[in-house]
Amino acid sequence: MCGIVGLFLKDRSLEPQLGALLSDMLVTMTDRGPDSAGIAIYGAPSRGKAKITIQSATPGADFARLEGALAELDLRVGLTVKSTHAVLEVEADKVDETRAALARLRPGVRIMGSGDSIEIYKETGLPKDVVARFDVRSMAGTHGIGHTRMATESAVTTLGAHPFSTGADQCLVHNGSLSNHNNLRRELVREGMTFETQNDTEVAAAYLSAKLAKGEDLGQALTSALDDLDGFFTFVVGTKSGFGVVRDPIACKPAVMAETDRYVAFGSEYRALVSLPGIEDARVWEPEPATVYFWDHEKAA
Amino acid sequence: MPVIDLAVTPLRDLNSALHAIPPGPNDIAFEVVNPRGSHAVAVGIDAPVAVDVKGSVGYYCAGMNDGGSVTVHGSAGPGVAENMMSGKVVIEGDASQYAGATGRGGLLVIKGNAASRCGISMKGIDIVVHGNIGHMSAFMGQSGHLVVLGDAGDALGDSLYEAKLFVRGTVKSLGSDCIEKEMRPEHLSKLAELLEKAGVKGVRPEEFKRYGSARKLYNFNIDNADAY
Repeated sequence: MCGIVGLFLKDRSLEPQLGALLSDMLVTMTDRGPDSAGIAIYGAPSRGKAKITIQSATPGADFARLEGALAELDLRVGLTVKSTHAVLEVEADKVDETRAALARLRPGVRIMGSGDSIEIYKETGLPKDVVARFDVRSMAGTHGIGHTRMATESAVTTLGAHPFSTGADQCLVHNGSLSNHNNLRRELVREGMTFETQNDTEVAAAYLSAKLAKGEDLGQALTSALDDLDGFFTFVVGTKSGFGVVRDPIACKPAVMAETDRYVAFGSEYRALVSLPGIEDARVWEPEPATVYFWDHEKAA
Repeated sequence: MPVIDLAVTPLRDLNSALHAIPPGPNDIAFEVVNPRGSHAVAVGIDAPVAVDVKGSVGYYCAGMNDGGSVTVHGSAGPGVAENMMSGKVVIEGDASQYAGATGRGGLLVIKGNAASRCGISMKGIDIVVHGNIGHMSAFMGQSGHLVVLGDAGDALGDSLYEAKLFVRGTVKSLGSDCIEKEMRPEHLSKLAELLEKAGVKGVRPEEFKRYGSARKLYNFNIDNADAY
């Protein structure tokens, strides 16, 4: 069992409240997943800049003098430390170079994700503690997804927590378990994907990243996933401008959605949605099995 | 009428109050406000008490109901009225998966749609759904009636025993050993009775088709191996 929440804002006036709304939703799902929690927030991109979210088990040592060390390599970064995580703002064309430099300079640092607008925070512990540690409530953004984990497939570690990000501005959270992830991982490794964990969900994330890299849109990639992934899943996926939901054909993992003029929201249970503004008058429904739903700011505009 | 506000009263206090009703004639009615998707609202009732829940509920609402009359003025999460023994449960909105699972008696009315596995392993309960039902509904249904005014999803009545299924709309597919059967006068009169009890107006029993068991999978028979 795990808990998933997601919120895609249509009304820009809600953007400053995104972190607070998602935090309440996430904490409500604590009893579905008390062992770790994570959140991906899509904030406003800065022109010509990209963000890399990094994590360290020894943040004091790893983040100290990191800006200076990168500057010596002619990599100008802005560093914002939040507990065990930090966000590096870098020149958009220096992302790969910065990642390579980080691997050399700070081998203990893990990259949670990178892109124009995504920031990812995840840790072991109760959702309320994870939310407080990273001050998620104060974050603004256009859309975000969160996850509370009750581990079944791999260890309870920071890297085993969701969301998983395997491509720029992409992330995925999962309730369920995949049965063909080992085979699929081997195929994706052959195609050049790299993996950080033995976790089944990371394989699903990498699968979608590989499809998107081949030019499919999110809807097409999720449709392909229905054919190629075996097991139980309710997925919620984020991209730079979009938000998608898909459930396996058996659909035993719960899912509820709500839509108003102001937002589209996802919760593993209706409980997660009850504090959203105007929920009383929202259209509330259970997503159909084997059916892809997605919303996109760019396509809607 | 006691009004229980679940925003301030613990759920267990509500359910304890419902379990403490003495036997014998009484006209006790409870109103529950602010359920906010709570689990296990009004479970284990064993007295003829009326409960009106003003809002949507989570998992297992009115489970094991035995004689109570529970109305949810909202939608219900998974497993509503699971293993009902007797009484009546009405959902004004939609119901999530496995509504009325394993129910042994009583009437479950869902005024919206029901998701997958509605009436799975039903054993005597009557279920009337005004909208549509999802896949694998009435799986291994043993007795009772499932009435659907809308459409049914994939694999309706898979591995069915003697539950009787009536669908007014389309059936996406029938499960193993489930077949369409002749609608005889006794079925039409039973259907009329159930529609009346469920408060359905303007719908005639003749508009439905009946589905039931082909009775080939009751016991393992090697000649039927392909059907499993």
